Amino acid sequence: MNSLIPLLVAAPLAGAALLLLGGRALDRFGHWLATAFAALSFGFGLALFSDMLGRGAEHRAVTQHLFSWVPVNGFQADMTFRLDQLSMTFVLLISGVGTLIHLYSVGYMAHDERRRRFFAYLNLFLAAMLLLVVADNYLLLYFGWEGVGLASYLLIGFWQHKPSAATAAKKAFLVNRVGDMGLSIAIMLMFTEFGSFAFGPVLGSEGAVGAAHQASEGKLTAIGLMLLLAACGKSAQVPLQSWLGDAMEGPTPVSALIHAATMVTAGVYLITRSSAIFDLAPDAQTAVVVVGAVTLLFGAIVGCAKDDIKKALAGSTMSQIGYMVLAAGLGPIGYAFAIMHLVTHGFFKAGLFLGAGSVMHGMDDEVNMRHYGGLRKYMPVTFVTFGLGYLAIIGFPGLSGFFSKDKIIEAAFAKGGTEGWILGLCALVGAAVTAFYMTRVMVLTFFGEKRWQPDEDGNAPHPHESPKTMTIPMVLLAFGSVFAGGLFAFNDSFLKWLEPVTGHEEGNSPLAPLTVTLLTMACMLAGVALAYLMYGRSPVPVVPPVGSPLTRAARRDLLQDDFNHAVLVRPGSALTATLVFFDSRGLDGFVNGLAAAIGGLSGRLRRVQNGFVRSYALSMFGGTLVLVATTLLMRSV
Amino acid sequence: MNATAVLAAAGGNTPSIPAPHIEYGRLSPMLVVFGVAVAGILVEAFVPRRYRHWTQVTLALAGLIGAFVAVVVLAVQSHGFTRIDLLAMESVALDGPALFLQGVILLASVVAVLTYAERKLEPKAGGLPADAFAAQAAATPGGEQERAAVRAGFATTEVFPLTMFAVGGMLLFPAANDLLTMFVALEVFSLPLYLLCALARRRRLLSQEAAVKYFLLGAFASAFFLFGTALLYGYAGSVKLGDIGDVISGKAMTTPAQLASTRSDVLVLTGLAMLAVGLLFKVAAVPFHSWTPDVYQGAPTPVTGFMAAATKVAAFGAFLRLFYVAFPGLRLDWRPVMWGVAILTMVVGAVLAVTQQDVKRLLAYSSVAHAGFILTGVIAVNKQGISSVLFYLLAYSFVTLGAFAVVTLVRDSKGEATHLSSWAGLGRRSPLVAAVFALFLLAFAGIPLTSGFTGKFAVFQAAASGGATPLVIVGVLSSAVAAFFYIRVIVLMFFSDPQPGGPTVAIPSAFTATAIGVGVLVTLGLGLLPQYFLDLASKASLFVR
Repeated sequence: MNSLIPLLVAAPLAGAALLLLGGRALDRFGHWLATAFAALSFGFGLALFSDMLGRGAEHRAVTQHLFSWVPVNGFQADMTFRLDQLSMTFVLLISGVGTLIHLYSVGYMAHDERRRRFFAYLNLFLAAMLLLVVADNYLLLYFGWEGVGLASYLLIGFWQHKPSAATAAKKAFLVNRVGDMGLSIAIMLMFTEFGSFAFGPVLGSEGAVGAAHQASEGKLTAIGLMLLLAACGKSAQVPLQSWLGDAMEGPTPVSALIHAATMVTAGVYLITRSSAIFDLAPDAQTAVVVVGAVTLLFGAIVGCAKDDIKKALAGSTMSQIGYMVLAAGLGPIGYAFAIMHLVTHGFFKAGLFLGAGSVMHGMDDEVNMRHYGGLRKYMPVTFVTFGLGYLAIIGFPGLSGFFSKDKIIEAAFAKGGTEGWILGLCALVGAAVTAFYMTRVMVLTFFGEKRWQPDEDGNAPHPHESPKTMTIPMVLLAFGSVFAGGLFAFNDSFLKWLEPVTGHEEGNSPLAPLTVTLLTMACMLAGVALAYLMYGRSPVPVVPPVGSPLTRAARRDLLQDDFNHAVLVRPGSALTATLVFFDSRGLDGFVNGLAAAIGGLSGRLRRVQNGFVRSYALSMFGGTLVLVATTLLMRSV
Repeated sequence: MNATAVLAAAGGNTPSIPAPHIEYGRLSPMLVVFGVAVAGILVEAFVPRRYRHWTQVTLALAGLIGAFVAVVVLAVQSHGFTRIDLLAMESVALDGPALFLQGVILLASVVAVLTYAERKLEPKAGGLPADAFAAQAAATPGGEQERAAVRAGFATTEVFPLTMFAVGGMLLFPAANDLLTMFVALEVFSLPLYLLCALARRRRLLSQEAAVKYFLLGAFASAFFLFGTALLYGYAGSVKLGDIGDVISGKAMTTPAQLASTRSDVLVLTGLAMLAVGLLFKVAAVPFHSWTPDVYQGAPTPVTGFMAAATKVAAFGAFLRLFYVAFPGLRLDWRPVMWGVAILTMVVGAVLAVTQQDVKRLLAYSSVAHAGFILTGVIAVNKQGISSVLFYLLAYSFVTLGAFAVVTLVRDSKGEATHLSSWAGLGRRSPLVAAVFALFLLAFAGIPLTSGFTGKFAVFQAAASGGATPLVIVGVLSSAVAAFFYIRVIVLMFFSDPQPGGPTVAIPSAFTATAIGVGVLVTLGLGLLPQYFLDLASKASLFVR
């Protein structure tokens, strides 16, 4: 059975290769081929899942050695896969949601002439992402990590004819490089400090203590901070958050799959997977919770001000991942809840994005919510599925988000002390703001008067429901949004499932769980009410009002790009200019001078080669004399 | 028995001189080649003129291939070069380095003979196909007699037996186990080469000048070699390499006379230095290199290729044997001097090549620089040093042969167009030929995935392990300088505009095409999958004493 594990990765990889190399012959049915490969991978995942359930909790983690990848003396990197409860969760989420989004894309990309290439990239993404989560060592994980980065780059810039898409892809790539540097430094540190970067030897396994348990705290803090940097890049956390909003230039299925449900959660996976390191490095853990708390508020505030439906959702994604990172930073109190929220978020955020895509599909690719309004009548299926996703994300009782977010807020309070209070209150405020901006999106899009107008040519959009290939995935994801949380929370089943991998401990919350739940509900209701008052009661202006300074800043993503430009780009350009100056004047001068010197020497030496045999003989004779003399002189040395 | 004993026996009452014992079977590679050479002379005497070319080509190729088969059989019989022996009254060694280098020389000679046999490049003379050699060597250049010979379609088919004599001498040279045999072998392969250099069909004066220069300087160098031999005989009382080594290390039973002469090491060190001069001349090491560019340029290009490849193999083989069998006990004395020679050779070769304008002269200086690289391996004085030099020689000889074969193809109305300016833009007109030449240049430069890289890496590694790290650093820096002029030619071929009225690339017959193809195959093969040959060279790196 374990031999199926490599096939999880191999199936979509084969799909990508086939589609990319197959050429035009595959244009007609390539998209179905790609969907089939994704479904195949999901099928393998399900088979492995049922197999895993058949074993006792302590025997569920398995490894499968495929081949020795880099066998160098003292440096061993193996193509080995690990499938435990944590990676299993990810495998099912990635391949399951991935398959649904492949299906959705069949409808969404129906008229794109480069459709085959799009599906090839989607398959490539699935392969890399699955490799990332089933890798058994950090180097292989890094391989997958870079693979998803590549796929993300290709897909954000898929409509490369739009300069904005090309720029966004480049921005995502560059910002991610910073994070990737963190991961590579972390791996190098592990290798120099522990002599290995495989999960078993570093993090420990059953019956064996990992190298991390014997290392000094300083080293672990350094490794932890580097891993956090990597997580910040991939998961769009402050300070490396700036790329995610622009990444919405990619086709909407891409936003749903990569920039909402799966890839952006890789940072959370990395932190959770490296729990053994973070648990022993409290300073690094503190950095993680700070990043999480800051990002959850940052993303939420940005989400409040955006009129572009996808960018509002992107802000939301950032904020929700902030919740997960916060939970992961809490240590064993929070790991399981971070992953649980990750999975439920995967369902409802993918559903919301697909809904947004469906709306755009019906509205001639209009993304400005101020030009929507009253769409519930035109798109009933989209309305219902989007609405269920909305209720799930704001944490409406009984739906998925309620269970997972509530647990995170509880865990934040349970951290204890001042820290616990600060984190808990941040999470509560975040819940209120989440309810506000999501209600805003909901009201602006589906309620109120219709606000769309014909363009200059007199073509008004004709909103209509999307085809079945698009609505079916939305419906299925809506099911997940509604029921997944309850299923996971029932009898603490998810917690028990993950506990063998992540461990769990109960914190000492100063507040009773019921109190926290009620507080969360109150915050949520306050957010909904405020948004309804602001957008539901009075007509929405088509042209956005000027707004307060905070609104204006939030529209500009809280000045993230201005900040980056002032702090990084400008000094960077100055440094580059200086280096170029020294390179062209100093180094090039030296190099060119050396070349000229050699040329000059050559020209001078050539004159010795005068063609006269007598000179040659003389030089030979002289050479012989020198040779004999030096040999005789050297003997005493 | 040593020489004193022979003299004593001759002076005594016993009149009988024991007949030397000759192992004909195990000497067969050399005997076959010499036999073919003699037969070639007979062909010149008895076979009608119009059949001579094909008879000679067939005979030479058959002889070389037959000798190569004999070498392979001997190598197989030696059980992985473990059963090694001295033959012909201890004057010829049969061991790993000898067999390996003989194999390389024979294969290189096969390729060289293929380029000799080319008759499609020159325009027809007197209605008959013409090769690269003078119609009648004895005719005055530009004279009436020469014109008559060309009109009659004469050809100097003597080049084949001459080459076979040279090959025979080259086979003997790295196998010679005493200084006299070594000297004889040196002369046997040098004299035919002097002649061959004079036989170019075009630019005959330049060719003859080259031959005279080569002959005069070669004779000068041989004199040093012979003088060194005499000094060493005076020191050790023997010309056998093993005996000399034993005397130096104090192992030999020495007579009072010997003890008297060995008290001072001036004799042995002077002798050593003079032998080195003779060999350094042949490998074209600085300051004994000055003949190289003139001779490489003047000689007929197929001869240049043969000489550049095979002479270097033979001379370095003898070099290795001399310094590893006779003089290892003196390595503290000769190594510093050889360091100096190697450094000078690498630097001067690379620097002088930078300003060359003629492709044959460029390759000549490149061969000087390569002699320096090989010397770094020789200086290592360990097993790795031997094996790396063996491998380098194998790799280098085929790159060289291939490169000179390509040079024969680029022609204008005056024959080969060797001035670099006329090679501009060659890549646009003949992408294939330019690409092949670029491959050879990259191999010379030691770029990975070519044989040049593997070979250079091996010698530098050996030198570093032998404690000559500064030498390796100089070597790498010279390689960087050398890379400049190799790449410059590539840039010239591919990124410059062709000159109007520039040279054309002639379509060769199957002979030259095969020669170039073999060069490409070996260059890529030894670059991509060198392990078998590295192992073979490593196994073959044990000298018999």
